[in-house]
Amino acid sequence: MTALFWIPLLTTIGAFVPLFTRGKPRSLCAAITAFLPAVSLLLLLLHAPAVFEGETLIERFQWVPSIGLEIAFRLDGYALLFSLLILCIGLLIILYARYYLAAHEDMGRFYAYLVLFMTAMLGIVLSENLLQLWLFWELTSISSFLLISFWSHKSEARKGARMALTVTGMGGLALLAGFVLIAKTIGSYDLSDVLANADLIKESGNYTTILLLILLGAFTKSAQFPFHFWLPHAMAAPTPVSAYLHSATMVKAGIFLLGRFYPALSGTELWFYLVTFTGLATLLVGAYMALFKHDLKGLLAYSTISHLGLIVLLLGLNSDLAAVAAIFHIINHATFKASLFMAAGIIDHETGSRDMRQLNGLWKYMPHTASLAIVAALSMAGVPLLNGFISKEMFFAETVVQNSLGALSWTIPVLATVGATFSVAYSLRFIHDVFFNGEPRNLPKTPHEPPRYMKLPVEILVALCLILGIAPAWVVSGLLTSASAGLLQGAVPEFSLSLWHGLNMPLLMSIIALSAGAFIYYNRERLFAFQAQFPPRDAKLEFERILQQLINGCNTLYARLETGSLQHYILLLLMLSVVVAGLPLLSLTDTTEQQANLPIDNLTLTGAVLLTLASVVTVVWHRSRMIALIGASVVGLIVSLLFARFSAPDLALTQLAVEVVTVILLMLALFFLPQKTPKESPPARVVRDMGISAIFGGLMATIVYAMMTRPLESISDYFIANAKTGGGGTNIVNVILVDFRGFDTWGEITVLGIAGLGIYKLILSMRLYMPSTDSNGRPWNPDVHPVMLSTISQALLPLALLVSAYIFLRGHNLPGGGFIAGLVTAVAIILQYIANGVQFMKERAGINYQALIGSGLLIATLTGLGSWLFGRPFLTSWFDYFSWPLVGKFELASALLFDLGVYLTVIGATLLILANLGKLTTPERAQMEEER
Amino acid sequence: MEMLVAFIIGVLTTCGVFLVLRGRTFPVVVGLTLLGYAVNLFIFASGGLVLDGAAVLKQGLEIPDPLPQALVLTAIVIGFAMIAFAVILAMRARADLGNDHVDGQLPEPPKNPRRTVVGKL
Repeated sequence: MTALFWIPLLTTIGAFVPLFTRGKPRSLCAAITAFLPAVSLLLLLLHAPAVFEGETLIERFQWVPSIGLEIAFRLDGYALLFSLLILCIGLLIILYARYYLAAHEDMGRFYAYLVLFMTAMLGIVLSENLLQLWLFWELTSISSFLLISFWSHKSEARKGARMALTVTGMGGLALLAGFVLIAKTIGSYDLSDVLANADLIKESGNYTTILLLILLGAFTKSAQFPFHFWLPHAMAAPTPVSAYLHSATMVKAGIFLLGRFYPALSGTELWFYLVTFTGLATLLVGAYMALFKHDLKGLLAYSTISHLGLIVLLLGLNSDLAAVAAIFHIINHATFKASLFMAAGIIDHETGSRDMRQLNGLWKYMPHTASLAIVAALSMAGVPLLNGFISKEMFFAETVVQNSLGALSWTIPVLATVGATFSVAYSLRFIHDVFFNGEPRNLPKTPHEPPRYMKLPVEILVALCLILGIAPAWVVSGLLTSASAGLLQGAVPEFSLSLWHGLNMPLLMSIIALSAGAFIYYNRERLFAFQAQFPPRDAKLEFERILQQLINGCNTLYARLETGSLQHYILLLLMLSVVVAGLPLLSLTDTTEQQANLPIDNLTLTGAVLLTLASVVTVVWHRSRMIALIGASVVGLIVSLLFARFSAPDLALTQLAVEVVTVILLMLALFFLPQKTPKESPPARVVRDMGISAIFGGLMATIVYAMMTRPLESISDYFIANAKTGGGGTNIVNVILVDFRGFDTWGEITVLGIAGLGIYKLILSMRLYMPSTDSNGRPWNPDVHPVMLSTISQALLPLALLVSAYIFLRGHNLPGGGFIAGLVTAVAIILQYIANGVQFMKERAGINYQALIGSGLLIATLTGLGSWLFGRPFLTSWFDYFSWPLVGKFELASALLFDLGVYLTVIGATLLILANLGKLTTPERAQMEEER
Repeated sequence: MEMLVAFIIGVLTTCGVFLVLRGRTFPVVVGLTLLGYAVNLFIFASGGLVLDGAAVLKQGLEIPDPLPQALVLTAIVIGFAMIAFAVILAMRARADLGNDHVDGQLPEPPKNPRRTVVGKL
């Protein structure tokens, strides 16, 4: 019998149900909301018998197995206990909230949040996979944020919710880190593996870190000192939320986690010190502070903190019996605290106030509620015949038997008694101040009993307190045993749940606590006066202040980085790249040659000197833009010569052709841009930029040198071996482009085409001022198209086209190919534009360059697709040799067709850019604006 | 020779980066061109330097690594498209914004531009 996943799944669906009940009568809304969780509870109970027999039910579904993430549920006694608490108390809260919320409030939204939270909690306690557990853990933080801030019109609700989210969310991140470390240590995210490999974890070097991270997660969630401050501020939530979150669920998630990992992490000294003392501090701080809270819910909040401390303290003692006592107190605390919160909610609801200085003598007005609340409060105080007494006795007994602190072991029971004393005092205050002690003062409403069914959940819980207190062994020992077995993952020690253990130390401690508590409460005025001397501290303000400082710090940093200046961004980017590229070089100790250097010859040296000079000229005269452009073009020419020198004729040709096109483009652009750059960089900036660029250049040179002097392992041998036999060409570079890596080239020309079209669109809608003179005020030469140039260029065109056709056709076997031929053709046509003007060209050759790009891409694509007809993959090439009379033997290759596509696209893109930019200087401009 | 090529690439990078850091668009474009040369040479150099090698498959001559050459060939063409795009964008920016500063506005006299985003609750 499995199908565990239905339990959380039903509540997940249930979280959406209330959204559809908006506008329906409130009781119907509550009933519909309660339906699916109730079914969940039934399912859970169906599984209960197996669990009581000691079975651990586990169910798995694969999700992302590669990172160890699967959906896996686990139900053992420990999980069963928590699931029962979550579902049972959750259902009572649904009933209670129906009466608590006012008619105008959005009940559907409230219930949706509540059930979502319920799902998250169920997910935590039922998870077998750690990552999944963490996911639900975060979900509780988020859904509790929504619940706490339900009254979002109140500033304190928003602030309280944000604080809770920040603190528990931060803990959640620590928890995730802890889980990842655990998985790294034992190699699995399965809880079963974690529990089975406890020794592996404890012996590993990561143990301390894992423990700290997981405790951080648990302590933030369970509001342990010093993270306890968020809990009182979460009281801004509607009371049903407080009753649910702070009795049975949210804060118990941390406790659950401690218990869940108890077998894996406990039993060490570190665990004892960290957990016990955190618990003890929390117990004392909570109990002491609770006494001074005038707000009813504030008192309960601090009391919750104190009781959580007590449970944590018990878990820290490294004793199995103490763990059993902790579980028992979890049950007891859930029952009496939930009922107390609900009673406080009733009082708030019916009187309009929660201030104990106003609320007095309510016994007369609401005796029924009062008696319920008094019983619950007495249970909290640990008075006999109530469940709080029994777990408190167990707690005392455990503190007495431990001797972990050697000769100082007595301090723990003494401090525990002190904590219990204050617990008695604040419980008495709750009872006496609210229900007796004179008459109500200035209450907004006249108090009266609440609706019948609003009290029902409180009655059920208080009845439980009584039953558990009088006949604990009879009611709860089965559940307690199975839960303890689940927690300890082993044999459960003998424990005795009975009211009377004879006259012993724990009983004496209880008597001391009760009488001292009564004494303190009787003399409370003095204590109040003493406490009043301290300056009031508001954790909310402190928290907000720290948060604000953090935000300010971030803003300052943000303002530094995010200045809105591109110049600044590029500087930051460059500096980062210097660091990223430079750091690995530090560990590269050896840049000296591991391969023989080629000798330097005079020709190359001359080229290098010229290149250096040209670069320096470009930089030094960069403010005279024309000179800079000339400098850059000289650099480009020498680079193309360098390619030729180092046996790369294809590159040399390409570079040369591109150089021509680039220079024409930049000159055209310069026509519209200022001819000079103003001097505006302050000297400091010039020096800084020089430094950065010199470092950058130095790094680059180092990397290049290191790269070139190391033995070369290239993958090119394959291309060299197969160029002729597989690709049918001897020009390996061209064969790579159109055949081996044809798909890359195909993408490449597509990008080229897109860039051309993008530029065309930019040019179309450009409105530029056209200067009628040069920068010195001289008018342009009226002879726009010199006859000489015009004549020569026209004669040159067929020649140039012939050359480009030749370059194109021979490309597969000799330097050349579609790219270079395309550029040569483009240059030839641009020359016509320059020499004869746009109008001339338009009359004679109205080429549509967009169509040219399109057809080029189409040809290339179709060539690629063509291979599908022959059942081959995209762009498979074919070639064969033919022999014709006169022509002789020649080769035909499908790659040639592909190269034609490249050729056309290159011409189209280049001319689309240049011709259209050129048109801007002519009367054609007006027509372009019309076309737009 | 390797040292010389490394030096050339270093010089080109230095000059390119310096110009890229300028405030006006045209020097930045020229700087990008220089950087483009440097990067192309860099990729080319990764295949090692071969003097008087075979331009095409031929017996008896050392064949230079063709793969970086193929990469650089397309890089040169794409580089042109990029420079063209950058310069047209620069022109367009000048047309639309009225100045040719890379930030789209002329630099003001230095003052601390402090933006505050106050967390609102």
